[in-house]
Amino acid sequence: MPYKCGSYHIIEKTAISAGVYSYGILCPDVAEIAAPGQFVHIKVEGFTLRRPISICDIDRRNGSIRIVFEIRGHGTRKLVDAKVGDSIDMIAPLGKGFTLPDDISPDRRVITVGGGIGVAPLFSVAAAFRENATAILGFRSYDKIILANDFKQNDVHVITCTDDGSVGIKGTVTAPLEAELVKGDVDMVYACGPQPMLAAIVGICEKAGVPCEVSLEQRMGCGVGACAVCACEIKRTLNDSDVSAETAGAETLGMLMVCRDGPVFKGEEVVL
Amino acid sequence: MAVKKKWNLTASVAGVTFPNPVIAASGVYGFGEYYTNLYPLSLLGGISCKGLTLHKRQGNTPPRVAETPAGMLNSVGLQNPGVDTFIEKHLPFLKENGANIIIANIAGNTPEDYAEIAGKLDGTDVDMLEVNISCPNVKCGGAAWGISTQGAALVTKTVRAATKKPIMVKLTPNVTDITEIAKAAESEGADAISLINTLLGMRIDIRTKRPILHRNVGGLSGPAVFPVAVRMVWQVANAVKIDVVGMGGINCAEDAVEMMLAGAKAVQIGTAIISDPLAPLKIIGGLEHYMDINGIKKIDEFIGKVKPW
Repeated sequence: MPYKCGSYHIIEKTAISAGVYSYGILCPDVAEIAAPGQFVHIKVEGFTLRRPISICDIDRRNGSIRIVFEIRGHGTRKLVDAKVGDSIDMIAPLGKGFTLPDDISPDRRVITVGGGIGVAPLFSVAAAFRENATAILGFRSYDKIILANDFKQNDVHVITCTDDGSVGIKGTVTAPLEAELVKGDVDMVYACGPQPMLAAIVGICEKAGVPCEVSLEQRMGCGVGACAVCACEIKRTLNDSDVSAETAGAETLGMLMVCRDGPVFKGEEVVL
Repeated sequence: MAVKKKWNLTASVAGVTFPNPVIAASGVYGFGEYYTNLYPLSLLGGISCKGLTLHKRQGNTPPRVAETPAGMLNSVGLQNPGVDTFIEKHLPFLKENGANIIIANIAGNTPEDYAEIAGKLDGTDVDMLEVNISCPNVKCGGAAWGISTQGAALVTKTVRAATKKPIMVKLTPNVTDITEIAKAAESEGADAISLINTLLGMRIDIRTKRPILHRNVGGLSGPAVFPVAVRMVWQVANAVKIDVVGMGGINCAEDAVEMMLAGAKAVQIGTAIISDPLAPLKIIGGLEHYMDINGIKKIDEFIGKVKPW
């Protein structure tokens, strides 16, 4: 995994909704090799563990990337103290991103389904497919909506849902996803968001026979695959031949690392 | 043209010569494969590989990590590919990539497990075995052997009989008197002692009332444990004649010097690598600087040289 490790400058900072921030980071060596769905691992002064944040957009021409994250705890709260011109210590790009079909014919399309901050890593995927992408965005209420205009400006069809019905469809992302899949012609569904939402999406896609990729979140350590803390249970045995004697014959699940083998996994592969 | 350095960082542990005293600790470095794109493995004094068991282990259910003030808890549970895969795949990788001293960290459920793993490694290119009787994150084996003098003695004796390689016994700090455990390992033929493994800890999410770690408890590491580690290294170095390798929260070169003043012949870097993959190189550079400004030629000049009141 050819990641970089170093200090990079913040070139843009915007508060895009309450507690959600967008940073532009100048990092030509990272932007050159980054792919949609990968993440960056940021050192926050005073904290032992780095903070993994998904890449929202990649601008190769300007040599920058954009990250969008929400304040979740002490670390991310401290991170938003960083201003334009400050440098941040970052390991990036990390992980395995989304699978993008090489070329998509005009009569085929993809759907991205994002819940809350999970919308962020899906932006660069949807933007790559432009009018061939439908983005279903789910939020708790109108004041939590992020990035909807960014999707629209890239000609992506946007369907917004809110739990309280304050904007768009009232309810979760699952009903509009089912409705879109019924229309057919969908090559792939990409999803990121809370675990119950992902489980529901994987179920719907399986029923519809459409391949689905999910981006997972897990408490993380090194970010590069060495420390083995961000495990994710998968539904197949990794390698039947080297299953231990004590577990052979039992229903053996494998463990993969979210940072190294993910964060994007095939929907049918992971235990949600 | 090679620049002749004024100082010599060469370290010696259990008769094994390390080009410098900075070793990547077991559990944070895998088998070296994840950091080779940042710097060559040859820059490290040594690498203590991820703990190996007889058979492959999947490890514990996540979450396996939690942040703590100046540190972290982990509960990985010895996820590893098993000793055979290590010998077949990972050891050749380490050799091909120029790793200096290769330490195989081994863990078993029973003394017989330890002996079988040690036996398998005996004829390999591994330079040293680190006998892990201190993992807090597995049900049987692990720390169960490291919390009594009898357990430590039995495992050490069994491994000693199974291998000619130098053996270093890694101790848990979760005991009443660590010097007794160290002496028990020494008496049964350990060539060195390494310490400390993690301190058992716990965090609870006050919103969900759930422990953050799925296994409820886990091992505390990072700067928070450093003073405990220095104290224990100092106590053990004064209690045994064999070499001591110090670890536990070393975060910078000054910490490494402190640990060596307490009696450590070399140091292992763990959590600091999770925070900063370049930490071992910064520590090596910082040690050179310390020796330079203090006119020190060899690390032996300050190992164990603390002047207690």
